[in-house]
Amino acid sequence: MTQAVDKLLRPVVVAGAALLAGACDLRHSAVLDPKGPIALAERDLLFDAFCVMMVVIVPIIVLTLAFAWRYRASNTKAAYTPRWAESGRLDAFVWLVPALIVIAVAVLVWRSTHKLDPYRALESAQPPLDIQVVAQDWKWLFIYPDQGIAVVNQLAFPSGRPVSLRITSDTVMNSFYVPQLAGQIYAMAGMQTRLQLLADAPGKFVGRNSMYSGGGFSDQHFEVTAMTQADFDAWVAKARQAPARLDATAYAALATKSRLNPITFYSAVEPKLFDSIIARYTHAHHAPAAATPAGAAPRR
Amino acid sequence: MFGRLTLEALPLYSAIAAGGAAVTIGGALLVAIAITWLGAWRYLWTEWFTSVDHKRIGVMYIVLALIMLLRGFVDAIMMRAQQAMALNSGGYLPPEHFDQIFSSHGTIMIFFMAMPFMTGLINIIVPLQIGTRDVAFPFLNSLSLWLTASGAGLVMVSLVIGKFSTAGWTGYPPYSGAEANPGVGVDYWIWAILISGVGSTLSGINFVVTILKRRAPGMTLMRMTPFTWTALCASVLMAFAFPALTVACGLLALDRLFGMHFFTNAHGGNMMNYPNLFWIWGHPEVYILILPAFGIFSEVVSTFSRKRLFGYESLVYATAAIAILSFTVWLHHFFTMGSSPNVNAFFGITTMIIAVPTGVKVFNWLLTMYRGRIDFHPSMMWTIGFMVTFVIGGMTGVLLAIPSADFLMHNTTFLVAHFHNMIIPGVLFGYLAGYMYWFPKAFGFALDRKWGLASFWCWMIGFYLAFMPLYILGFKGMPRRMEQYNDPSWQPYLMVAASGAALILVGIACMVMQLYVSIRNARKTADRTGDPFDGRTLEWATSSPPPAYNFAVLPEIRDREPLLDMKERGVAYQRPAAYQDIHMPKNSAVGVVMGGLAFVLGFAIIWHIWWLVVACGLAMWIAMIARSSDDDSEFTLLAAEVKQIEDARYRALASQTTSRS
Repeated sequence: MTQAVDKLLRPVVVAGAALLAGACDLRHSAVLDPKGPIALAERDLLFDAFCVMMVVIVPIIVLTLAFAWRYRASNTKAAYTPRWAESGRLDAFVWLVPALIVIAVAVLVWRSTHKLDPYRALESAQPPLDIQVVAQDWKWLFIYPDQGIAVVNQLAFPSGRPVSLRITSDTVMNSFYVPQLAGQIYAMAGMQTRLQLLADAPGKFVGRNSMYSGGGFSDQHFEVTAMTQADFDAWVAKARQAPARLDATAYAALATKSRLNPITFYSAVEPKLFDSIIARYTHAHHAPAAATPAGAAPRR
Repeated sequence: MFGRLTLEALPLYSAIAAGGAAVTIGGALLVAIAITWLGAWRYLWTEWFTSVDHKRIGVMYIVLALIMLLRGFVDAIMMRAQQAMALNSGGYLPPEHFDQIFSSHGTIMIFFMAMPFMTGLINIIVPLQIGTRDVAFPFLNSLSLWLTASGAGLVMVSLVIGKFSTAGWTGYPPYSGAEANPGVGVDYWIWAILISGVGSTLSGINFVVTILKRRAPGMTLMRMTPFTWTALCASVLMAFAFPALTVACGLLALDRLFGMHFFTNAHGGNMMNYPNLFWIWGHPEVYILILPAFGIFSEVVSTFSRKRLFGYESLVYATAAIAILSFTVWLHHFFTMGSSPNVNAFFGITTMIIAVPTGVKVFNWLLTMYRGRIDFHPSMMWTIGFMVTFVIGGMTGVLLAIPSADFLMHNTTFLVAHFHNMIIPGVLFGYLAGYMYWFPKAFGFALDRKWGLASFWCWMIGFYLAFMPLYILGFKGMPRRMEQYNDPSWQPYLMVAASGAALILVGIACMVMQLYVSIRNARKTADRTGDPFDGRTLEWATSSPPPAYNFAVLPEIRDREPLLDMKERGVAYQRPAAYQDIHMPKNSAVGVVMGGLAFVLGFAIIWHIWWLVVACGLAMWIAMIARSSDDDSEFTLLAAEVKQIEDARYRALASQTTSRS
């Protein structure tokens, strides 16, 4: 007897354990495990809307299955009203209940969209750290204008301090995506988009391009590192020691297609490099070649 | 002489690509040999290819859709297999091949599977449901079909000559521009869509006019079937939305061919104008596809619950509301372009408003089942499967409609799971329900139930296995369209997804078996009544398959469920006192010829063979003038001939009723 129960129970236990493992795994998935206030607020929105939607979804699924079973043709005991097809009260119900839910979610949308506008500076006692982001085939360049350094495929900053990103592309459209800290925004040539992020504590995260951009797209990920202030200072100091400097020639070489670039530091950056990358696409045919901002690479 | 077409266009760059080409050529040859062996070329040409009969055109549309479903599915299972194995390795597909596959999968499934399937169903059924002899413009209908087929042909040819686009089914510039993508791939995509898009626009106009002007006497708008209503709304959307696609792709073609700068990075181009134009078509397109499916579900749920449809008027208003609202939400496809919170919030809220009429529809189907007598015909199973699965996709859609939450989920596999969760249960299940429901109307014998049910369960379970893991992978931050990846925690989910695709393959095999078994048993299961499901609507009042003229005498409509009404009054299938001559459109070869010319024209533009472009353009122009000046496009079916056909039908009807009782 106990053996039989044991036999029966074992697959149930195994399946349960697998489900539990799956659920734990899900809890640690990037989107559901945010490490900063922006991503946390965005995730909570998902949860709120999910709960509100359950109010309609669950009854519909349950009722569909229940009605299908109850009113199956072979069940002649069930009521059958072939001509019943109208009911003002039910009509009102089916229009009003979804409408009320939508009104509730709409209020949520209006408030949250303004609160979490990626262009809006974060409220903090500390001044934001400005970083400029350039999408290239197939890597990311991060320029630190105040520190005068640049780095490929690593985005480092102190935790607890807001980071203010200005993003553009020197190639086709990309989307800058750090799911655990800030979500994403498009990177487009000749244009600048903004994104704010903040990490609660030091840690390493994954950043990606989420917008398909050609053959090297799958490898276009970068390291996001939130550090203590002291570690960040040391990191900047280390970058300043780097032999490479990001001048016009170095930039032109960097901007050509390449995959799986290692993290590379540049101890100095051509002034206004970021603006010149944008300007190249916006003013190219107005300005004579000589007037092209210094440091700009020739168009590929 | 041959533009940029050289021997290098042959797909010898990879064994798999060459294999794909070989299968395509082999398949085409096999079909050609079979037709020749059966000596069926003349029959096909005179009875089918040149036909302007809406029922035959509809059948040809659906044949095209089913062939393209197979092709699109092969793409899908290749992608699933690649991603299941590509952890820290290249898998078995190089990036440039994988990228062609996801581009052709989307393009084929939307433009050359779903669109022809829908157009085919509307073609076969709507004229029967509104009680007319043909669509308003029968020749235009034939032209639309062959333009669609020539677009599909271009996609298939890209397997053999040259490469297909790698820019995804949406073809966003600047990636799809000449600078980043100088090859022929994007051009194949553009011209396949431009040519078939013209066909779709014409179909839309044709159906709008047919439904508004050609209804039987007494068939007021509020007596039209729910399928006809949804077909009307979808056709209005087609007529208004497809031109936006034509403009978007046309401007992209100008950028590529003549170095213009509508969407380029530099010289004043603005790439975001393209997504705006594309989705002004693209979002209504979702409803173009799904509204007719909603109509099918409405008919099926009523027929197989043996009950009047609940809340008909609510349903009609909901349909119209969805059609109008569908033009107000396009920006939700790119909340992440950096627009202001006012703009994003506006489009987020309009998107959610669409959930209201959609929710109303679901409740109406539910209340139709309530106190019914439900027959679990495969069509009904597709409908029930749709209802429980679609609401999950609706829920994830509302999550994505919150702009700030979309920042987290956009461009991930969560998005991929969401739209497949709408399109597979919402669109494809609907069309398959319609296919199994109306098949006996089109051919006079029913499809096998058992194989239909087997197919349903494989599709249903396969769907959950294939797409629930993609939702989870979206939470794990996996972008869509990855040829390989380095996160080991993704692989188990991708393996489950691949097993789901394999199960769907079994479902497709069941559909093929169903067709085979049903044709084998066709004599035994033949239906001479024309009404195998105790139908309520007008299409079941005529024979199966219906005669070329559909109704010998156009019926007088008194009710929303005309056939049920006639049955209740005891006047169903009554013989009219006398027959009259019927004017019918003549078959025409111009449609198929122009379709063929459009195909060559597209091919010539793609490969820059300019003399051929000019020659084809001229030939099409001449064909058009010739057709326009042809006044002899109708013939008269004499009353005596009509009587002969009808007598045969009534004899069959009588024998069936006596053998039944």
